[in-house]
Amino acid sequence: MTTPTAPLLADGCAVDAAPRGTLPVLKERGQREVFCGLTGIVWLHRKMQDAFFMVVGSRTCAHLVQSAAGVMIFAEPRFGTAILGDRDLAGLADANDELDKCVRQLLARRPDIETLFLVGSCPSEVIKLDLSRAAERLNAEFFPRVRILNYSGSGIETTFTQGEDTCLKSLVPHMPAAPADERSVLVVGTLADVVEDQFVRLFDAMGVGPVRFFPSRRSRDLPPIGPGTRLLLAQPFVNETVRALQARGATLLTAPYPLGVAGTTQWLAAAAAEWNVPAEHFKQVIQPAADRARKAIDRYRARLDGKTLFLLPDSQLEIPLARFLHQECGMRLVEVGTPYLDRLLVQAELALLPGDVQLSEGQHLDRQLDRVRAARPDLTLCGLGLANPLEAEGLRTKWSIELVFSPIQGFDQAGDLAELFARPLERAERLTV
Amino acid sequence: MQLTLWTYEGPPHVGAMRIATSMEGVHYVLHAPQGDTYADLLFTMIERRDRRPPVTYTTFQARDLGGDTAELVKTAVREAYERFSPQAMLVGESCTAELIQDQPGSLAQGMSLPVPIVPLELPAYSKKENWGASETFYHLVRALLLPSAPPAGTPRAPRDLSRRPRANLLGPTLLGFRCRDDVKEVARLLGELGVDVHVVAPLHATPDALRRIPEADFNVSLYPEISDTTARWLQKTFGMPIVKTVPIGIGATRDFIREVGTVAGLDVTPFLEREKLGTATMDASQSLLPWYSRSVDATYLTGKRVYIFGDATHVRCAARIAAEELGFTVVGIGTYSREFAKDIREVAARYGVEPLISDDYLDVEQAVGEAAPELVLGTQMERHIAKRLGIPCAVISTPIHVQDVPARYSPQMGFEGANVIFDTWVHPLMMGLEEHLLQMFREDFEFADGATPSHLHASPAKSEATPAPASVAVAEPVARPAPVRPSRELAPEVAEPSIEIPVIARPQVTTAVAPASAPAAAAVSATATVAAWSAGAEAELKKIPFFVRGKAKRNTEKYAAEHGLTEISVETLYDAKAHFGR
Repeated sequence: MTTPTAPLLADGCAVDAAPRGTLPVLKERGQREVFCGLTGIVWLHRKMQDAFFMVVGSRTCAHLVQSAAGVMIFAEPRFGTAILGDRDLAGLADANDELDKCVRQLLARRPDIETLFLVGSCPSEVIKLDLSRAAERLNAEFFPRVRILNYSGSGIETTFTQGEDTCLKSLVPHMPAAPADERSVLVVGTLADVVEDQFVRLFDAMGVGPVRFFPSRRSRDLPPIGPGTRLLLAQPFVNETVRALQARGATLLTAPYPLGVAGTTQWLAAAAAEWNVPAEHFKQVIQPAADRARKAIDRYRARLDGKTLFLLPDSQLEIPLARFLHQECGMRLVEVGTPYLDRLLVQAELALLPGDVQLSEGQHLDRQLDRVRAARPDLTLCGLGLANPLEAEGLRTKWSIELVFSPIQGFDQAGDLAELFARPLERAERLTV
Repeated sequence: MQLTLWTYEGPPHVGAMRIATSMEGVHYVLHAPQGDTYADLLFTMIERRDRRPPVTYTTFQARDLGGDTAELVKTAVREAYERFSPQAMLVGESCTAELIQDQPGSLAQGMSLPVPIVPLELPAYSKKENWGASETFYHLVRALLLPSAPPAGTPRAPRDLSRRPRANLLGPTLLGFRCRDDVKEVARLLGELGVDVHVVAPLHATPDALRRIPEADFNVSLYPEISDTTARWLQKTFGMPIVKTVPIGIGATRDFIREVGTVAGLDVTPFLEREKLGTATMDASQSLLPWYSRSVDATYLTGKRVYIFGDATHVRCAARIAAEELGFTVVGIGTYSREFAKDIREVAARYGVEPLISDDYLDVEQAVGEAAPELVLGTQMERHIAKRLGIPCAVISTPIHVQDVPARYSPQMGFEGANVIFDTWVHPLMMGLEEHLLQMFREDFEFADGATPSHLHASPAKSEATPAPASVAVAEPVARPAPVRPSRELAPEVAEPSIEIPVIARPQVTTAVAPASAPAAAAVSATATVAAWSAGAEAELKKIPFFVRGKAKRNTEKYAAEHGLTEISVETLYDAKAHFGR
């Protein structure tokens, strides 16, 4: 079969030939400096502008979402917290009645809300407040004006970006069934609108489609799903969602993630192959954007080439990022940490990592920081809690949360992605103080 | 259960973190699930701390819950002790751990570590951050000093007169408001009065320093939200007097000096004499505020309507400065510090306004909107409320943002603090001369309605809706928000304090006229309808300078409503003007 994959790899980038996936992994357990899944609300509420996210939790939850968002941007909130009080715990007030009251209060004030997510937290799970039953009960009152769904963003169940996974999974049962004979691509994982539009133009030019995105811009416009649906993953943290979509008949297309030229090319190629797009045509379609991307990356390559990089576990994007920064920017990988390793989602990525890479899963923060200090990498990818302290030790850092909020996928963002990593190094060079 | 959009205070264990992180040689082991580490970034990002907070989180997960979470606590305590060699340890839990009842404090105490272990029980479902900080400070001081406490009723030995009096400064913490500079300013002031600062705590204090607290002659309770409980205990146990005046503002600083004089037995009259209040001149006073406030340019500050919200200490001081030192009119006052609600009720009564005691952001937003102030003094939250309403704002209290931790020296306390406050509060207002010029040249095209006053960088509506340049785009969240506000007839007029009820509280607005009149409707909620404007009155309204037009419009509508008018004529406009005054 004429698929575009082989020739493109051949003319493309330096890829280690041996397929891997059996790289040794250092598994650690201890203090984790990682957000919980509630953090996903910060970008999910911006993507789905008709949805409201109501955390059912403690003051800590409210403070977390506010702090994670507030450092970045203080927006008109489409999220809030129903804060549990002593009375809810002591059983003086029926927590379910209280929750219903909060929901009614909110929906009365926000007639524009079409989907309400009740988001579970550590305390709501420990006290076993059943949010799925609450959603059912409230749907009886509010559906169809408002659809009420629930998912867990708790730190005892989810890490940082997993909150998006649990959120999307809660939408899957409500997706309409696609006609059995319809073949379509479903891109799974939040992308910036501008990136979606770019991908749509490329797919259109190849004749691949229809292409739909999940989450969609409006939470009520859920894409249809069926045996003809091919899943293309935009984010490496949608594990459970993928399994739920597979259970509804969809087929997963295995590909690296669309970061950098190689990642984007192979990602698009996975769909093109499925649609039997002739290799020449595929190449013709992507050539201008891919050339542009190479040129954009080249501007930063000199600064990144040969520099050492340590990736602390945070957003789950670490493995694809490490692959891009190594393969296309020439960075040397000291350690690639990831909160958890689900081979279903990163198989294609692992195969592209150099054979001597140190992978680590989970975290024992102090020990990992000892390794950072011993290696003194040129650049460390880490969370906001660690960035300034490491900078103060003379280490250059890139904070990882920016990579979740920023458009970094696709050809036309490849240069921006390289620039995000080059900037701290350039800054260090500029400063004399 | 309470629906909350933004919170003024974090949970109580964040207060405990503030104490631990402010100090040296203290380590805090926090029994908490993954995610609670977010609190680190409050310190490393907002305060730009160059070290991680001295906090170890046990990070338990769902799968641990059936097993031995207690063992996780012990491992974390042991490892933290071995790695960080603290002089004292705090051991406590966050909200989730409180539910599983492992009692980490007792577990740690049972480990016979050779340093004081202070267990913290901070009820997360009823208490908040400042309370948590206050309790933590108190329990730590108490644990370290109880062994050396004299028997109850022992009279305090008189001060050794061969040395200068000594004071401790209690209460400054990280993530407080300008604590770093206040400590410096108050220490300088005390030094000039002949008082030595003995211990500053918790900021930069070690456990050993806390043990030296009773060596001083008295305590200054600089931030009562944090230090009141501790200062009272020290008074009861060691007979240490407390200086309670918080020296923010000229009047308060002078009162503080007098109180220090009384407590320390010093004659402070010559020091206070140097400033001649009432005829303040540039070189006589330690602070330029009294003279600047009397200079003619400041006349335009007279009666400026100001709304004040924040923690109790800063609000109380701000109200006094606003009313007595800048000549503003306090039109609203409130605090989220319920523990100090009584104080704020008293202050409110003094200024004849209804106090707002609430930690509900929506209540505050509504109260600010209804009071229609010309200046808001508040926290980061009120900064956003004011931005949305197009009202100038200065931040006076926590919660803070990175910009409230300035690089330059900018205390709030003492005479230099008063200088800083004068600049910070007055600059957001229209400069006096500029306001006159605008009045005089209002027909000039440069002062057209759309022109942005020079002191406001950009219109709030614009800065939110304008797409960022490409180079910035990568730093922006995905799916940049569409401008949420509906277009309004008066949209470009930023200085006009027209009110936009935030989306959360706003009923669906569909007509073009409704948004501008919605606040007036809210303000006179007793009346259901708003009188219609005649064409003539509307034309006359446009002749009023744009920066006061919103107020004129609101006042006129209120007047019409109160008088049961259905139509607003030119006459109504001027009747209302005469009725309400400026």
